[in-house]
Order: sequence, then C-alpha cells, then structure tokens
Amino acid sequence: MSVVDVLHAATGILLAAAALLVLLRLVRGPAIVDRMVASDLLLTVVVLALVADMAIGGHTRSLPLVLALAGTAVLGAIAVARYVSKHDRRPEESAAPARGPAGRES
Amino acid sequence: MPVDWSELLAAILLLLGAVLALSAGIGVLRFPDALSRMHAATKPQNLGLIAMLAALVLASSSWITLLAVLPVIALQLITTPMAAHMLGRAGYRVGSVRQDLLIRDELEDDIRRAQRTGESPGRRASGRDR
Repeated sequence: MSVVDVLHAATGILLAAAALLVLLRLVRGPAIVDRMVASDLLLTVVVLALVADMAIGGHTRSLPLVLALAGTAVLGAIAVARYVSKHDRRPEESAAPARGPAGRES
Repeated sequence: MPVDWSELLAAILLLLGAVLALSAGIGVLRFPDALSRMHAATKPQNLGLIAMLAALVLASSSWITLLAVLPVIALQLITTPMAAHMLGRAGYRVGSVRQDLLIRDELEDDIRRAQRTGESPGRRASGRDR
C-alpha cells in the first residue's frame, strides 16, 4: 500500500464525512434558506466525489454528468429563493429583531 | 521505490479538495446564521472543484480532458455567485440573517431611506424588491 493509496483512501473518507455533516444540517436547518445552502453543498460534494472517482479510477466516463451538474445546480437555489417570501419569517424574529452587540455569544 | 510525481500531485490535489469539503461541512453545521453558512459552503464549490479537476487532468493526462474540464470550471464560476446572491437576498428577507452578528448593515440603511422618501407605491413594492 503506497502513499498514493493512503491519500486516495483519506480523500474518500473525508468526502463521506463532509456529506454526513451537510446532511445533518439539511435535516436540522431552521429555515428554508439553511436547507437550500446545505443541499447546494451536498450536490457539490457529490460532484467532488464523481471527479475523485474519475481521477482515482483513471476514466472520464462521468465528465458529461459533472458538466451538466455544474451548469444546472444553480436552478434549484434560484427557484427556491424566488418563492421565499416574508411570510416565511420566523415568528420570534419578526416581532422584535435583535439589534446591537447583545447576544453575540453562541 | 520509484515515485510517480504526477500521480502523487494528483492525489494531493484530491486530498485538498476533500479537506475543503470537510471544512465546509463543519462550517455549515456549526456556523450561526445563513450568511456565514454560505461563506463556509463556497470554498469547495470553487477552489475544491478546481483542485479536483486539476487532479483529474493530471491523472488522465490528455488534452481532451482539459477541454472538457475548462467549461465545467467556467460554468461553476459563473453560476455560483448567482445562487449565492439569490439565497443571500432571500435569507435577509425572511430573517435568517442574525443582525447582531453584523458590524455594518448598509442594506438596512438603504431600505430605511427608501421607506422614508417613498410613498405608498414604494412601500408596496419594497416587500418584494428589497
């Protein structure tokens, strides 16, 4: 097992961990915008995994898929952001928006 | 043991992309509001993807791969700011941005000024267009 193999294995493990963390935020996310950011990032991690698979396996079969995803990934975020309105505002923040340095912790 | 330097460099670039993806995952999970989560999420979207595609070009070592990779990078660089702009505006509108974390909010000044000077038609439009 050479150095390159170790690096490849570490790449796969780190990508899987990143996808898990992003998935956690996707489930938790308090607002629709947080979920949209997380799902955008999840798609990016998938694209990165596809590219890493191509580079490690020495083929270029997934390249059209990567090209299409890079071009169309933006549509989901734009479509969701278009229909997010003020009515989705969280109730505790619409009543009295917090101002000033108080509550900087957390 | 002979070391293939281009293969080693490709593996290091792949690892760089994966580290950026992991840092973005940690940031998205732990940062407090939507804007800082977007800040964390942008790193693998641009730099991580470019590093991994460079590794792919190094690993496949053909010019045709480079020709297919360049439009991917161009499309990603063009479309990521569009998504960030729309999401940031929507997040500001629905209150996913924590005001107490901002040092200076110039958009709020502009909205106040527009609401002071504008009459009822301006106020009606400010709900959608701010």
